[in-house]
Amino acid sequence: MLELIIPSLLQTVYMVFFSTVFSLLLGFPMGVLLVITEKGGIWEKPTLYRILDGIINVLRSFPFLILMVLLFPLSRLIVGKTIGTTATIVPLSVAAAPFVARVIETSLKEVDKGVIEFGQSIGATVPQIIFKILIPEAMPSLIMGVTLTIVNLIGYSAMAGAIGGGGLGDLAIRYGLYRFQTDVMVVSVVVIVILVQGVQFLGNKLASRINKK
Amino acid sequence: MIEIQNLSKCFQNGNECIWAIKNVSFHVNRGEIFGIIGLSGAGKSTLIRCLNRLEEPTQGRIIIDGVDITALDKRELRAKRKDIGMIFQHFNLLSQKTTYENIALPLELAGLDKKEINSRVNELLEYVGLRDKRNAYPSQLSGGQKQRVAIARALANNPKILLSDEATSALDPKTTKSILELLNRIRNELGLTIVMITHQIEVVKDICDRVAIMENGEIVEINTVEELFRRPKSKTAKAFISSLKSDVQEEFVIPEEFNGRVVRLSFWGDNAKKPIVSHMIKKFNIDVNILSGNISQLMSTSAGHLIVELVGEDGEIQAAIDYLKSQDVDVEVM
Repeated sequence: MLELIIPSLLQTVYMVFFSTVFSLLLGFPMGVLLVITEKGGIWEKPTLYRILDGIINVLRSFPFLILMVLLFPLSRLIVGKTIGTTATIVPLSVAAAPFVARVIETSLKEVDKGVIEFGQSIGATVPQIIFKILIPEAMPSLIMGVTLTIVNLIGYSAMAGAIGGGGLGDLAIRYGLYRFQTDVMVVSVVVIVILVQGVQFLGNKLASRINKK
Repeated sequence: MIEIQNLSKCFQNGNECIWAIKNVSFHVNRGEIFGIIGLSGAGKSTLIRCLNRLEEPTQGRIIIDGVDITALDKRELRAKRKDIGMIFQHFNLLSQKTTYENIALPLELAGLDKKEINSRVNELLEYVGLRDKRNAYPSQLSGGQKQRVAIARALANNPKILLSDEATSALDPKTTKSILELLNRIRNELGLTIVMITHQIEVVKDICDRVAIMENGEIVEINTVEELFRRPKSKTAKAFISSLKSDVQEEFVIPEEFNGRVVRLSFWGDNAKKPIVSHMIKKFNIDVNILSGNISQLMSTSAGHLIVELVGEDGEIQAAIDYLKSQDVDVEVM
């Protein structure tokens, strides 16, 4: 059992870790852009906002499995293949990026307008307001957002397993569903549950520890 | 120091234009504490936010130290804003940063190195009396302490002007007094020019040199605080002043209910301390019946109001009134 679970767990951790990193790299700037370009934002660009907003909505409307299949060519371009754990990171990152953008947007919007106004009143530039005021003030909320993203990606990665991504989801389907080895399925699911609980617990802990409000 | 010429601000609501400020002009002298008082919705907040262009004026010019603020591009404006500190009603401190980090932020953004920042922040902490709160977060501070941090932060880059947007409105009366004292000290010791908006006439009374009364986006009166309490011209000013004398209930004096002549006497400065009424009674053959009165302490002087009924012959009453006028007392027959 362990020799089945351990490699799958490692695959899941590997997939989730890298897709979290890449989806943040893609989604974080989008989230920031959404906040600063919207009407009344510190870098008001209504057209850019509408385009970005539209793209994110469209991407988020796709069912994950379909998006994954659609992104096979991109996976091939970046990692040279479409099947396997590494290849799965590409669609996972792309699928999670618009989600991340919305999460970041929501967090940054919670920041009191007054402190942004203070920044403007002392002559801060737009990047200074973003990096010295907006992001530090939103940090506890941003950590909760990243936690939410990781939990979501654990779910996505289990689905990705179904089309050859490997990991715990893949294990549960192959052994549990196709071979009727219920015990493997149960253990896989339990491990996923523990993973999610652990991530959520750590995220909550960290966010409340750094929050000075 | 600050010259405002024909300033107007309209907020677009669809095709409609809602004028928050209508053709306002005034000037503020160097080293002055200039108050702008009005009820909420009078446009005073919009007006003060136009001074550093947090709000873009629709029309008019704002000249600060010879520079037309309204003509500056974004980069020039950012540089100019370093000369204009601002404090707010809700303090606007960064909740995730300590007192020290909050005060250090403007210095950091201005590109000072760590050593310079450290010595300047310590100096400012000392000045506002918060040395022991250096590592406290805003959530651990009282309202008055938060406003002190905000003031220190606003002073960090050595501005020439301080804008105060209802800075004491969220504070209790005792804390308000201490914050006003701090602002007065800043003006006296650092020579800052302070423009403050408020809806509290007490604040104007305690600290301002001159005051503009705002109503519906217009300035209805500009006056020295002394003159305002002595002879308020506008209805709004009168309403504000009578609100201050809530214990006097002047409005309940109905002249028709008295047989004699009811007059309102206003004293100020040294006059308020002389026994003028007593002299008058001895000099003229009249009786005086005091109906209401009060003395309020203005920043540099005191002003008193007395409503009295004068009973006697018309000729004597007139002579008594003339005597009062000759003693520089304002007499208003009600």
